[in-house]
Amino acid sequence: MSDSRPYTRWALRYAALGYLFMLLLLPIAVILVNTFEDGIGAVIEAITTPDALAALRLSLLTVIIAVPLNTVFGIACALLMVRGKIRGKSVINALLDVPFAVSPVVIGLALILVYGSGGWFGADLAAIGIQVIFSTPGIVMAVIFVSLPFVAREVIPVLEEIGDDQEKAAETLGASSWQTLRRITLPSIRWGVSYGVVLTTARALGEFGAVSIVSGRISGQTETLPLFVQKQFETFNSVGAYSAAVVLAVLALATLLAMNLLRRKEQSD
Amino acid sequence: MSQPADEMPAVAGRRPRTGFRLPGAGDSLQKGLVVTYLGLIVLMPLAAIVSKSFDDGLSGFWTAVSSPQAVAALELTVIASLIVVVINAVMGTMIAWVLVRDDFPGKAIVNSVIDLPFALPTIVASLTLLAVYGKDSPVGINIAFTQAAVVVALLFVTLPFVVRAVQPLLLTLDRDMESAAESLGAGRTRIFWKIVFPNLAPGIGTGVALAFARALGEFGSLILISGNVPYLTEVASVFIRGQIESDNLTAASAVSVVLLAISLLLLACVMLIQRWGLRHER
Amino acid sequence: MKTEPRPNGIEVLGVSKNYGDFEALSDVTVTVPDGSMTALLGPSGSGKSTLLRTIAGLEVPNAGRVMISGEDQTRRPVRSRNVGFVFQHYAAFKHMTVFENVAFGPKVRKWPKAKVNSRVHELLDLVQLEGLAERYPSQLSGGQRQRMALARALAVDPKVLLLDEPFGALDAKVRKDLRTWLRRLHDEVHVTTIFVTHDQEEAMDIAEQIVVMNHGRVEQTGDATSLYESPKNDFVMSFVGEVNRVSGRLVRPHDLEILPVAADGTAEADIDRIVKLGFSARVEMMLAGNGGEIWSQLTTSELEALNLAEGQRIHVRPRAGVVTREDTGAIDAVVSEQAPDASHRPTPSTSGLPV
Repeated sequence: MSDSRPYTRWALRYAALGYLFMLLLLPIAVILVNTFEDGIGAVIEAITTPDALAALRLSLLTVIIAVPLNTVFGIACALLMVRGKIRGKSVINALLDVPFAVSPVVIGLALILVYGSGGWFGADLAAIGIQVIFSTPGIVMAVIFVSLPFVAREVIPVLEEIGDDQEKAAETLGASSWQTLRRITLPSIRWGVSYGVVLTTARALGEFGAVSIVSGRISGQTETLPLFVQKQFETFNSVGAYSAAVVLAVLALATLLAMNLLRRKEQSD
Repeated sequence: MSQPADEMPAVAGRRPRTGFRLPGAGDSLQKGLVVTYLGLIVLMPLAAIVSKSFDDGLSGFWTAVSSPQAVAALELTVIASLIVVVINAVMGTMIAWVLVRDDFPGKAIVNSVIDLPFALPTIVASLTLLAVYGKDSPVGINIAFTQAAVVVALLFVTLPFVVRAVQPLLLTLDRDMESAAESLGAGRTRIFWKIVFPNLAPGIGTGVALAFARALGEFGSLILISGNVPYLTEVASVFIRGQIESDNLTAASAVSVVLLAISLLLLACVMLIQRWGLRHER
Repeated sequence: MKTEPRPNGIEVLGVSKNYGDFEALSDVTVTVPDGSMTALLGPSGSGKSTLLRTIAGLEVPNAGRVMISGEDQTRRPVRSRNVGFVFQHYAAFKHMTVFENVAFGPKVRKWPKAKVNSRVHELLDLVQLEGLAERYPSQLSGGQRQRMALARALAVDPKVLLLDEPFGALDAKVRKDLRTWLRRLHDEVHVTTIFVTHDQEEAMDIAEQIVVMNHGRVEQTGDATSLYESPKNDFVMSFVGEVNRVSGRLVRPHDLEILPVAADGTAEADIDRIVKLGFSARVEMMLAGNGGEIWSQLTTSELEALNLAEGQRIHVRPRAGVVTREDTGAIDAVVSEQAPDASHRPTPSTSGLPV
């Protein structure tokens, strides 16, 4: 509106900023203060204990497995949804939204029901020596589930927007499907894929609820970094808890930064 | 670009040669792989839950869902989520307004920070909120182990939904509409409610539905600060965990199904709202 | 010279407006007679839209006064000025029906329902949108949306009607039809009207008074004929009507004399193309030494008398006693702003303008 009276503007501004301060900024500040209360040495010590490092390793392992799988799936799914002629697109659409809509605890339960010892495949898997629940594969599956949709959801609108003119042009110039995919399609969706990968990684690293259900929470073995935070808290080791939490928070902020930089790079492209 | 020797070059205007399909347009292998992946990872586990929940038949389902503790947990979850969603509708719109229409030093930073709850692991959120609003609160507010803690934690994790849904609508809102209304004699309040708000409503609706779905299932951010006291501060997800740990998988599945039903219903609402909101666009 | 306050009409007195260092308006004084139609004509950035919005109250000037119907409105907010404003991109309330759009102003003034109803239908008839009352703007064409915007603006009997490039977003054919239609509407309704345009043809076609603006200043005010025949400077001359640049001066195409041999004050040029258009003809030429493209307009009999051929080297100069202006380079900005007009109009239209 053309001449918003100053005090209306200020009232809105300070109400919004005040809310954000109390809910978001103050907690971040307090955590940072609490973490480094005993000096940075204590922090480094806390996150380099064998258990802490094992947790970090496990978290990174899940990321290394989940992200590439979900990326390939995401691109293939997006292509299918936008360019393909198949029935049941709305079903696929709904399934892609499930990880957003379902409680992490329910996800954990579902995995137990399928892959647990009493579950659908539990006995068969045990017979060939694979234990999913209370073991690493279960954790990886949980992480894959929750971080599944991001690449697909980022790439689909991009594909819809750019249309298939370029691919058709490539065809008239003699390119095969594979060549077109590699040289035309993939480069054109690279920003969507990048955003999706960053979001997938963040989600995979940070997942707590589903993983806490399917993991046995055995320190040093089936503990991811978020689970490590909880364990440290429960055993009254606040320095350990805060330090690991800060590591995760820093990674979260790195995610935001990466998204920002990517967006800026895309604009100037 | 080199051509495979055994294929004729296509000439513009002639029918495309056989063998070329738009990349990703769905040869059976691709279709099969995508569908299998989805089925294995998503569909099957969901089906397992629904199936398990009826292991003891319809009456078993009902008993599990109507036990006092389950009812208390579901009630708390739904009511807290509703409160949170109403607060978000107001504050989220306000924050989006300030970010789009106002200008102040540090606005870009504030804008980026809004997404933090999306990126932050929920357990870290729980820890941070406890540090500020728990026993050793630096601002003297201690709400640990109260229902207020549930609301605050849910507000934290649902913060970005309404803001991010309303922002793009505000950005593309035709400012001339507001000027036109002004030239026709309308005051600021009327302009907001009659001109601006109807065009933001679809975004608010979408944000609210997504926030509600998220709040219903929220787990990690609650467990440290709420104390998980049954009948008081235990939410549905925590109750389900309790049932899993006591090996009552059927009861856990039943309550999960109820939660799932509410969430999926909401997502359907989101899609309807979005389609309705676009009916005036061109 | 102090002008007497008028009982009606619009007066802009010494208005200046800046945004930071940028001067959008610089000591602008304009008088719009009651009931007339005036065009604010100029290239992008000339300040014409800013001036219009200042008259409306959508902008507040840093200096000067705005008088409407003899009252000083300078500090009054737009909602109290009772002006009708029409925007280039319609600003339709896209979530309301056509009826609700037009009814908005009356409803704000709390008219009784019956009166609102009859007024809306009266206006929809006037703008020929009867029958579309229950449609949404997204279901209308551009021209229909603009007519709805006009009906909406007129619904509360505004004292003045202000239109900001009202036809800018429309196709060429719709643009022409709609501006003739606007002229007829004005003749029926008699509301003091100002419209902003960068299209000189549009301004000359329907406005009684044209205010030519550039860089936030008024260059010249007058009717189409006086601007065409007596431009104050090279900017006005090049903006209103066609010009050629020859030997540092601007000349109208029909004032360019062609001679077979050099004479006093001629420049050399090579004939590029000769086009016969029925009664008149056009000779397109390139000035020697990369001087640029020019063209001359003649009658076909004059053309035959000269016996010209394409590729021929000839000599040109302004005819004796015609209007020329010194070329200060103002034309460069204009040339880059204006889109090329396929149908050259060598003379201003004098059709249909009430005196």
